[in-house]
Amino acid sequence: MGKFNKSGKKEVPAMNTSSMPDIVFAVLFFFIITTTLRSETLMVRMKLPTASEVQKLEKKSLVTYINIGPPLDARLGSGTQMQLNDRFAQVTDIQNYIAQEKASMNEADQPLMTVSIKADDNTRMQYITEVKQALRQAYALKISYSARKGEN
Amino acid sequence: MPKSERKVPALNASSMADVSFLLLCYFLMVSSMDVDSGLARRLPPPPQNEQEQSSVDVQRRNLLVVLVNSRNEILVQDQQGTVMYADESELQGGSGNLAMKDVVKEFVLNTSNSPDLPQLIEEDFGPPIGTVPVTTNHVISIQNDATTRYSAYIAVQNEVVRAYNELRNEGARRYFGTSYEELTVDQKGQIDDLYPQRISEAEPKNYGGEQ
Repeated sequence: MGKFNKSGKKEVPAMNTSSMPDIVFAVLFFFIITTTLRSETLMVRMKLPTASEVQKLEKKSLVTYINIGPPLDARLGSGTQMQLNDRFAQVTDIQNYIAQEKASMNEADQPLMTVSIKADDNTRMQYITEVKQALRQAYALKISYSARKGEN
Repeated sequence: MPKSERKVPALNASSMADVSFLLLCYFLMVSSMDVDSGLARRLPPPPQNEQEQSSVDVQRRNLLVVLVNSRNEILVQDQQGTVMYADESELQGGSGNLAMKDVVKEFVLNTSNSPDLPQLIEEDFGPPIGTVPVTTNHVISIQNDATTRYSAYIAVQNEVVRAYNELRNEGARRYFGTSYEELTVDQKGQIDDLYPQRISEAEPKNYGGEQ
């Protein structure tokens, strides 16, 4: 019609999207690998206590976790167990565990290391106290009683 | 032989941004989902020898003892008196008792300058607070039985922290005119010095529990 309309219509060639799934899969694999590497599989049941005055633990790389509670696997009984990394441990193993975790940290970060005690709210204090004493001996003095935010 | 100059059409990459944003959003949500939160505490260093363990001497008036026994009953005691709570849900007050946080606040502040509450000592905190009397030497000692439930212990800890947080907020309002959260790091330091958290977590003992 108008003079701007060229008679020979040039078509935009269809975009080649065949490599799109490759990219998406690559990123997906990346996420899958990184997320499973960081978090350990829980072997104890923890219903964290609630507290209203909780503070967030900011630097994740500085935090070491100690999980305390009855084992998820019912065959192991219902007594309180402690999980360090991916295995059950005794209170006496804490010193080695802390030393190991400290050694894997940057030297500048070592004094900032925080130990987060994630314990089931039905745990007896005896166990917590033993853990605390072991942490004192290991010079891991910054601790945090892990709790969910909520009213109580 | 000359190469035929055929042009490859440019790849339409406009939707690449959408894809990457989508993945970015996913990543952000996943990584922030399990942020750990808790009550921060600082443990005392291990005793160097056996004698040192019992050598800490605190004047009776400077001490607020919080006991949690094996039935999760809570007793708060200073020289002025004793308050009992039958379980952790009563810590907020009710059943004729003062809320635990108010007991702690009164203990830390000692507004009436009572001889049964911690000693007030004048101290300089720098402008704009100036020299004010504070109970520098007060200690809140949280003691528990070996069979105390962890949740009761956390509830007690939480109430003590709540009392301190409210004190700091009131201090921030009085001296800086804003809430504690909005202060600068230096101002927060000043308020923290004004109301230092002096909480002692004692060794376990058996209180009113079957052995």
